[in-house]
Order: sequence, then structure tokens, then C-alpha cells
Amino acid sequence: MRLREIIEKIKPAFSKGGKLGMFSSTFEAFESFIFVPNTVAKNKGSHIHDSIDLKRTMSIVIMALMPALIFGMWNTGYQHFLSVGEEVSFIDTFFYGFVKVLPLIIVSYVTGLAIEFASAQIRGHEVNEGYLVTGMIIPLIMPVDVPLWILALSVIFAVVIGKEIFGGTGMNIWNPALLSRAFVFFAYPSKISGDKIWIAGLENAQNAADGFSGATPLSYAAANEIDKLPDTLDMFIGIIPGSIGETSTIAILLGASILIFTGIASWKIMVSTVAGALFTGLLVNMLGGSPYLEMPAWQHLIMGGFAFGAVFMATDPVTSAQTETGKWLYGFLIGVVVIIIRLFNPGFPEGMMMAILLMNTFAPLIDHCVVQSNIKKRMKRKLIL
Amino acid sequence: MLKIIKLKKGLDIKLKGEPEKIFGAAEKPAKYALKPADFVGITPKLSVQEGDHVKIGSPLFLDKNRPEIKFVSPVSGTISAINRGEKRKLLSIVVTSDAQEDYIKHDVGEWEKMTREQIINIILESGSFPFFIQRPYGIIANPADIPKAVFVSCFDSSPLAVDYDFAMQYDAEYLKAGIKVLSKLTNGNVNLGISKKMLNSTIFNTEFLDIKNVVITAFAGKHPSGNAGVQINHVNPVNKGDIVWTVKLQHAVMLGKLFEKGIYDANKIVVLAGSQVERPCYYRIVSGAPVSIFAGQIKKENEKENRIISGNVLSGSRIDEDGYLGFYDEQICVIPEGNYYELFGWAKPFRMKKFSMSRSYFSWIMPDKKYELDTNYNGSVRAFVMNGQYEKVLPMNIYPVYLLKAILASDIDKMEQLGIYEVIEEDLALCEFVCTSKIDVQKILRDGIDLMIKEMTS
Repeated sequence: MRLREIIEKIKPAFSKGGKLGMFSSTFEAFESFIFVPNTVAKNKGSHIHDSIDLKRTMSIVIMALMPALIFGMWNTGYQHFLSVGEEVSFIDTFFYGFVKVLPLIIVSYVTGLAIEFASAQIRGHEVNEGYLVTGMIIPLIMPVDVPLWILALSVIFAVVIGKEIFGGTGMNIWNPALLSRAFVFFAYPSKISGDKIWIAGLENAQNAADGFSGATPLSYAAANEIDKLPDTLDMFIGIIPGSIGETSTIAILLGASILIFTGIASWKIMVSTVAGALFTGLLVNMLGGSPYLEMPAWQHLIMGGFAFGAVFMATDPVTSAQTETGKWLYGFLIGVVVIIIRLFNPGFPEGMMMAILLMNTFAPLIDHCVVQSNIKKRMKRKLIL
Repeated sequence: MLKIIKLKKGLDIKLKGEPEKIFGAAEKPAKYALKPADFVGITPKLSVQEGDHVKIGSPLFLDKNRPEIKFVSPVSGTISAINRGEKRKLLSIVVTSDAQEDYIKHDVGEWEKMTREQIINIILESGSFPFFIQRPYGIIANPADIPKAVFVSCFDSSPLAVDYDFAMQYDAEYLKAGIKVLSKLTNGNVNLGISKKMLNSTIFNTEFLDIKNVVITAFAGKHPSGNAGVQINHVNPVNKGDIVWTVKLQHAVMLGKLFEKGIYDANKIVVLAGSQVERPCYYRIVSGAPVSIFAGQIKKENEKENRIISGNVLSGSRIDEDGYLGFYDEQICVIPEGNYYELFGWAKPFRMKKFSMSRSYFSWIMPDKKYELDTNYNGSVRAFVMNGQYEKVLPMNIYPVYLLKAILASDIDKMEQLGIYEVIEEDLALCEFVCTSKIDVQKILRDGIDLMIKEMTS
């Protein structure tokens, strides 16, 4: 095996104490990417191990993101050509979006991985695969025209402030991808809100088609212009303006089915998030008061980032609730908070980002209560016997 | 009607090399050994010297702090080696057998009428007390304690395990006597845990219920339903301050023989199993036998290395080719070592030769397929990321991740509250197997238990 021989030859230089010992974490990352290492079980303990590892887990999540990404690329092109009133072929539509989206992915990965590698190296840790997913999610929850330097800044913020200062992957409190979006949202609000920014090239367009607005369904809804909402089927398929990966409920459901089937993401969180949103939505429907409040609750599920957030971000194993009972509550509350923010907050038409970040903050508290009740049960047991 | 407890959580790992239900003929080895490291919670103090002659049942070493607990020779012969490691740590005492049946006789008289104290004294004197493991901590029990219950698991649910229904067919009477002995040691119940499949067993039948205080509970479910720890948790859980004793089924049989025949009879039944064994089957051997007696049965393929494990593949100990079977172990498993690199292993869509509980590979398509698993980690060690995995394989009302984190933080109070008294390594062994981040769950747990013991005695 030629490749193996080459690696063995350069390995001593990269091991601790070697000439390039400072890059040992980087070397480990690349070596274990190419070859599953020859580590064997210790003398005592489990002598066999499940074939799953973090690389497999993360690659499944990336696979699950693919439908949303590919649809997002096509929709980027579609929305653009719609805005300028041109009709082009399917291939051209997709290619336009591909060219628009690819730089975002590259910037996100290069910036994020550079920090991950550097901080792993400084700490002497191994490089964790977590960013491979985060780095793919970040472009998908951004408007397509977000300037690359802002994207890079937001990635730096998310990885450094959101993750590394807590001790790296597995220790963070908030979902890093959402933190990057929150960063753009608060630092550069004009780049992530309004009607013009969701469609490639619309902001500076001279040639926009007559009467084309570019507003997302949520902004129509927030303005109480329910009659202007796109067709339900269009929203479900995702032929609407929005962040790159969030528009197509059907593509996201495809991803969700992969995650649920493989057991990698918690179906309990997804189901309870939907339940929480429907519950609150129905409650508000009953009260009524304005066209938006009376809009059928289920429509919330196919608008904005609800589906994407519920499937790919609420379920982040590190920042979600860790106990099985806690997951039900955590998801349900995300659903409740999303609808409350969407309906009653005049500032933001979208509530998913805030809802998840808020519940990330409370997830440890939810878990604490669940664990505490287990402890109480154990203590009580003694009294009964 | 027996109580049947259904356990939904757990995992049966199907491995190649399951033992056939026949007894093989093993050669009689010249040397036997007792390894102090098998006995948790004691400090060994030698009571023999090299060259001494010993009988079957002569003490080889004692517990320094409780010298009444003796560890005795399984065979008669001469002490041929006392092996020490770093800091003169006692590794093994090797006895060269003289192939005589030279037993130390114990006066058991009409034992059924004896008091608890008399019974305990015979057990201590004969060297049978190490059979008693106490929960909490999984250490050798204290003869001065009166346990609130005794538990004997009558089935082993781990991969490639002994089927007692087959193995115990000639020992049923001794087993009954052994259980009778146990019933004299506790004021509570002697709990026998059987699997649901054994409800029609000819050996583990309701005759046991005639013995005072015996309760039989049936368990339906996957591994680790056969672990005493899981059964205790569901029948009579260990709370702070409680002490429960567990005894291995074969040790209960040995207790029966002690009181019926008046001798320490170290014969036991083991299985030689695993994908690297020519013909996996059952053997009758004497405790402390070397695994070299099975050398002819172990496959040697073009330089493929083997790992010999004393105990099961999930929580046993690796031993050398010239090593000896552990005191509490009833399995010798031989599986291939996994010291190879696998090109893009994690990215392969199928990887049919590997098993995964998750559906990220395709082993779920063939639930009955048997695997030839090796010792490779199948990935590199990472920070703890995934959640909900451990809970799927632990049928106890315990939050394993929180318990492990409390241990890592050395938080004694939390460890206690989260149930450290109820578990030992084997109960969390599957957590280690399924872990995506390849964390040494069992090692962490033992460190936590050690810390608990230290904290409680100081």
C-alpha cells in the first residue's frame, strides 16, 4: 500500500518531539481522515467496538443536508432569474446558484477549519469533526448575497466565542451555526433583513422585473398581508425567497428522514418542536385578532427557517437537552417560543434562531430538573423500603 | 407464577464462534495459578513460599486487612513460582500440580442445622469466601456484614456465553445445596434471576422455591439482562448504606460441593469461543488453569494476530498465550487483533464485516448475521459529542453520562446521588461498545468506584 508507506515515512517528523511536532494534531486529522487508525482495545474493558465513529456520524449529517443544499442552489438561480424576468434553462438556473453558493461554502470551511486546527494544535487536542457540519450549515442559513468578509467574520465569532472559549467541540452552550447568524443579525442587520437581500443581485439591481418585491413569506405575514403569501405548494417545495437552505420543506424532510432513520438526530426533538409550534399556533388561532394571528397554524411549519431549524439545529446533540425526557420539553418549548416571537415581536419576522438559542441556554436547566427527579426517586426508594 | 420483568433496552451482539453444546477434552496442565489482581478490594499477603507443598484448599495468600479471607490453591502440588511486578506487586502464584486428589477436609457435619456464624466460618476456612462479591463497588464482601439480599444470576447474556441450562445439567443437586447455603447468609431473599427462555428449564425449576427465602424472577430482554447488577436494580435496588451480595452460579455450585462433600472443589465449566477458535465448545477444567491447554484449538492464520480474553469480549481481560484463566471468568474468547489501517473505512457505504448498533451502516438489514469482530477501535478517540446512545443499552434507571461526568469531576455527592452504588464495569460495558467517541467508560467507572471507596474509608 503505497500511500500507507508515505504516511509512515513522514509520521515521525509530525509526532510529538519531531521536527514538525507542532502540527501533530493537523497530521492526526488528515491521517485519520484517510485511514481508520490501527488503535486496538486496551487490555481490560470492551475488546470490541461499534463501527460508528464521529466521522461517520458527521458525514451522515452532511448527506442529510445535501437535498437542502442542492435545492438551495437551484432556487438561488430561479429566484434571481425570476427577479430580472428572464427565462433560462434548468442547467443555467442551477449553475447560477452553484456559482453564487460555492464561495460561501468555501469561505465558511476555510475560515472555520483554520481556527479549529489552530486551536486543537494549541491545546494539543485532536481536531474534532464537528465543524464539518457547522461549516456546511452556516452558508445554508445565510442570505445568498451576504458579503464574504461578513461571513468570514461571523464564522470567526461563532467558532471562537461560541465554541473554543468553552473548551471546544462538545463543551459549547450554543449552536455555533446559529451564533454566526446571530452575529450577522446584530452586527450587520441591513445584510440580513428587509425584502431585497434574499435574492441574488436584487439589492443593486437596475433591471428588476416590474412589481417584483423579493419579500419572504414571513415578511408578508408580519405585515399582515396574508393574501400576498405564496401558494402553499410553492412554500412546501421551497420556490420562495429566503436563506439558501431553508426554503424547501420537502428537501429538509428528506434530510430529516435520513437523520431519523439512522438514529443520528433525535426524532423526539423534531416531533416535539413541531408539536410546540402547532399547539401555540392553534391557541393563537382561537384567540384571533389579526389576519396573521388567524393564519392556520400549520403554515408556520413551511415558512421561514422553521423546518431547517427543527431538523438540523435544534437536534444538535451538544447544545440540545441530553436527557430523553428533557428532549421532549426542550423541543416543545422551541416550538412555542418560535411562534410567540414570530407573532408578537415587531422587530423580527423570524423567530427560529432566537428560539433555538434561547432553549440552548435553558437546555442544561431542563436536564438538571430531569436528573434531579431521578435523584429524588432514588433517595425516596430508600424511605419506602 | 413467576414474576417476569421485561427489559426493552440492551443489545445482543452476535459473534462468530459460538460454543457448540458438547464437552471437549482438555489436556491436564502441569501448572495452575492464582492471580491476586482478579480479586478486587483486597491487599494480598503471601502465606506460602516457593517450594512449599500445598493441598487442594491450602491458602496461598490472605487479605492483609482481613486475614480471615483466604485464597486457596485449586490443586495439590508444589509452589513453583511467585511472580512479582513493579514495586514488588504480587502478580501470580504458580502451583505445579502433582495430579493427586489431595484435599483439605472440612468438617461440615449436619450443616443444614448450623448457625449462620458456623457456615460463614467454614466458607472462610475453606477459601470460598472470595465467591461473595458485594454491591456497592463490586469488591470482595466483608464477612462481618449481613447482606440485605443475595443475588445469583442464572444466565449469562453476554456474547458467546455459557448456557447454564446445558452446563449445569449434572450439577443440579449441588446447586440446590449451594442455594440452601446462601439462604442461611441473609435475612432477606436469595434472588435467582433466570431468563424468560428458561421458564421450562429442567434445572432451574420451581423446586428452588421450596428453599426458604428463595425468589425466582424471570427477565426478558437483551444483554445486559443477565448481569446481576441489572437484576438487583429491578428487584431490590441498592441504596446508600445497603449491602447486597452477588455470587456466580458456578460458585454457588462449588459452595454446594463444599457443604455436601466437605472439600474445596475447584472444577468448573468454561467455554472456549470466538471466531479464532477451531471448534468452540465447553470444557471441564480446574480453576486457575493456563490457556495454553487450548493452544491447539486456536486458529493460526498467516501472521494474523489473536487476542485471548479471559472473560467475555465486553469486559474481560486480555491474557497472554501462556496466561491463566481468571478466577471469576467462565469464558476464554479468542478474536483477531485489529491493528491495521483501513483506507477510508468510515466513508465506505457498506462495511459488511463490521457491526453497528446505529443504522449509519447496514448491519440492521441482517439482524441474525454473526460477525467476526476484531479489537480495532473503528475510529479515533474524540470529545463527548453524541447523546442518547448509552441510554439505549443500559436497562437501569440511571443516567450514565451524568454519572460518568460526576466521576470525571470527582464529585462524590453527585456520584452517590446518580447511582454509583448500583453499577460495576460490566453493567456499562455496552456503553463503551456503542460509544461514537470511543470513551473508556469502564475505566472511568472503576476510577470512580475506587475514589468512592477511598473517600468512605478515610
